Amino acid sequence: MSLNGQAYIVGAFEHPTRLAPDRSVPQLHAECALGALRDAGLSLSDVDGYFCAGDAPGQGPLWMADYLNLKLKWLDGTEAGGCSYLAHVQHAAAAIAAGHCSVALITLAGKPRSSGQATGTVPRALGPDRPEVPWESPFRWTIAGIYGMLAQRHMFEYGTTLEQLAWVKVAASQHAQHNPHALLRKPVTVEDVMNSPIISDPIRRLDCCVITDGGGALVLARPEIARSLQRPRVKVIGCGQTINTNAGGYVDLTRTGAERSGAAAFAEAGVRPADIDYASIYDNFTIMVIMQLEDLGFCAKGEGGRFVADGNLISGVGALPWNTDGGGLCNNHPMNRGGITKAIEAVRQLRGEAHPAVQVKDCRLALAAGPGLVVGGAHAHASVILERE
Amino acid sequence: MTDTDTDRDSALPFDRDPFAAAYPETREFWAAAAEGRLLLKTCDDCGRAHWYPRIVCPLCGSDRVGWRQASGRGTLHAFSAPARAEPPYVLAYVTLEEGPMLMTNVVDARPEDLRVGQAVSVRFRAAPEGRMLPFFAPAV
Repeated sequence: MSLNGQAYIVGAFEHPTRLAPDRSVPQLHAECALGALRDAGLSLSDVDGYFCAGDAPGQGPLWMADYLNLKLKWLDGTEAGGCSYLAHVQHAAAAIAAGHCSVALITLAGKPRSSGQATGTVPRALGPDRPEVPWESPFRWTIAGIYGMLAQRHMFEYGTTLEQLAWVKVAASQHAQHNPHALLRKPVTVEDVMNSPIISDPIRRLDCCVITDGGGALVLARPEIARSLQRPRVKVIGCGQTINTNAGGYVDLTRTGAERSGAAAFAEAGVRPADIDYASIYDNFTIMVIMQLEDLGFCAKGEGGRFVADGNLISGVGALPWNTDGGGLCNNHPMNRGGITKAIEAVRQLRGEAHPAVQVKDCRLALAAGPGLVVGGAHAHASVILERE
Repeated sequence: MTDTDTDRDSALPFDRDPFAAAYPETREFWAAAAEGRLLLKTCDDCGRAHWYPRIVCPLCGSDRVGWRQASGRGTLHAFSAPARAEPPYVLAYVTLEEGPMLMTNVVDARPEDLRVGQAVSVRFRAAPEGRMLPFFAPAV
């Protein structure tokens, strides 16, 4: 069954905090839930479907449902890393289309910054329960180390350059200067990025996203409910999700699950990449934007570096306005998970509520896409296409 | 002598390694690795080796998989040296001669002397918990 037109995003909220030592994780989830419901013109008593991921306290929907005293008919704790919330949009739309619930709440929150987490640069202490861990943990992989290898391989195979990687960060910083909540608001140059300290070669410090406390929430609803509310209507018209496995050791490091999740979303929506007015694409590292632009079909494989150069992602300057909130690279990466903020900025753009300096004129079609877990190894990917009605 | 004593006497370092012990079906691998031999799970139906070792061939779905000794030779597919790591190390992906790619570290080399595509060969080193794993060094 196609989900095109079966559900609307009626509420979206990005927590303004970037450092929250004095708030608990459940408090942040609750504040995000209230923020998105207030944005929609709904209340907690309207929610009958709840969706959360591994960041939720207790790693499932039970405890936040109890905290908020939700009266649920549908619950979903799908954990797919940073793209979980984009996968949840698809799950929520499917549940609404099937009549399982009418108002679906999705929340994300966490505080890696105030807890001092070195997200990308320190090997994770993983137990033996994940089957690949015994074969990998002694190699002390770090997230920056793996993305360094992905970037190296993309440069080796396609001639991608450090300058091209840097243009992704430059675009994010040009947008972030207009976002009062962004963690990094200072515009940077290609030279600034290239000359920043090496984290794991060829990844420089400014190729990496920020580490922030905070969160976000989305509310989806049935079409009749969306039409009864006083907000511009944002329709879910296409969704896709997948897991890219490591293929038994035959994995292509330059490709992401966006190939499958993007193709599914575009097919359901009945639109092409060239039709997209605004794109939110998960930017944990600059190389990931280049790889996903290729895999989503905005350019041919290997052309991503040339695509992003010379400001092509800067709103009002380039052909594809992208991450106009400043993205994970400059604005926010709550709980090391960038999926929900991608959907939130897409909603702002479609409603005409982005900052005027970055608002895309007559924005009708938007994409929100991103990976979860670590590309290179097994990772998830989800894509969502939204339309202003 | 009790059975328990016998088990203890026959136990090798990897038997006390929780990462090996959690996967009894991989014991043959760790025993060979302790002798410096690299085993790969290989499919009797499609003929291909895979990594990491599973009880099912992830390439064709067959459960007719068995251990085969690998050459220990491969090529350096990608590498990155995390800055400020102490002690320093080189994270890498190596493509084995038999086909699959695995995560590893390149040892006995400086990152500035490495290049993508160069020949490497296996050097077993102990994980902190005791099991031996395939590290790689530039082939001589």
